[in-house]
Amino acid sequence: MDPWQQQIVEAISAAEIRQVAYVPDAGHTSVIAACEADPAIEATVLTTEEEGIPLLAGAWLGGQRGLLLMQSSGVGNCINMLSLNRNCGFPLPMLVTMRGEWAEFNGWQVPMGQACAATLEAMGVVVHRADRAEDVAEVVGGAFEMAFASDVAVAALLGQRLIGRKRW
Amino acid sequence: MVAALDRRQATTALFAERGDLLVVTGLGSPAYDAFAAGDHPRNFYLWGAMGGAVPMGLGLALARPDEAVLVLTGDGEVLMGLGALATCGVKRPANLTVAVLDNGRYGETGMQASHTASSVDLMAVATACGFAWTANLATLEAVVAVRPRLVARAGLGFVRVAVAANETPRALPPRDGYLLKHRFRTALGV
Repeated sequence: MDPWQQQIVEAISAAEIRQVAYVPDAGHTSVIAACEADPAIEATVLTTEEEGIPLLAGAWLGGQRGLLLMQSSGVGNCINMLSLNRNCGFPLPMLVTMRGEWAEFNGWQVPMGQACAATLEAMGVVVHRADRAEDVAEVVGGAFEMAFASDVAVAALLGQRLIGRKRW
Repeated sequence: MVAALDRRQATTALFAERGDLLVVTGLGSPAYDAFAAGDHPRNFYLWGAMGGAVPMGLGLALARPDEAVLVLTGDGEVLMGLGALATCGVKRPANLTVAVLDNGRYGETGMQASHTASSVDLMAVATACGFAWTANLATLEAVVAVRPRLVARAGLGFVRVAVAANETPRALPPRDGYLLKHRFRTALGV
């Protein structure tokens, strides 16, 4: 596990997040494994990212904090569901591993990757971004704090340069 | 498909003796039906987020294992999020029941036929996804008989209620999402 991924795991614990929902992405592999292994966390694999938004709204109704993990392509699947957060003030931190930008090798990732931040912002999600390992802890920790303290959806985009080139 | 029940009568019968049951409704008629059966701080009504009722109930059930959770929704709403039934089957919370008022129609938009009117068997889908029990209700007696299972927390359940595609008197729950959220959490003491 890279140190910045370990910092994400620590931030999840520090924020007392009890439900983590995800559609897998290679950039989240270590964090997903850590959440699945943590007895204090209920980790739920989804069939599509949009399930995660009501799932974690339900968790909040029941008194638990949640976190949604996805790849940038999954943001497009979430658009209408984000009305839940706008209309009800459900807090929702999202960690989005980016594709379709720096050193991308698959053009099919580019449209949603390039539209990711604008799409989130169009639906009222606050967007933060980390491109350097030394920024991850502050960006992610700040996203968690803002989501739960201000009852809003906050996405932290983890840049493709941070995650590294995919080897084929 | 034989549609046997009046949806308001069926919902009222389903919610009698609900006790502390936590309820999430899908948008449209199931929300109106639940409200008409008796508003309750432990009800959360969706007015949008179509396809979200089942995953919302799942997240709530996982957060509150000591409480029974019922999702009340319609065939169109559950069809939009069929994958959520698969996700429920992976988690298998014993305290969650999904009840679908199935009229084979998109009632809010002009009664167009839904997929259950022709080819889709929702109970077979639920079974294939790993639900522990299913029930197909076509009479009020059957609705009354299933009530204890909604609060028993004895396995992930799926209930299909065959209802007629009839118009119902207007009964609209609160639309303020913040209000619904806060009163629900207040009722749970969180």
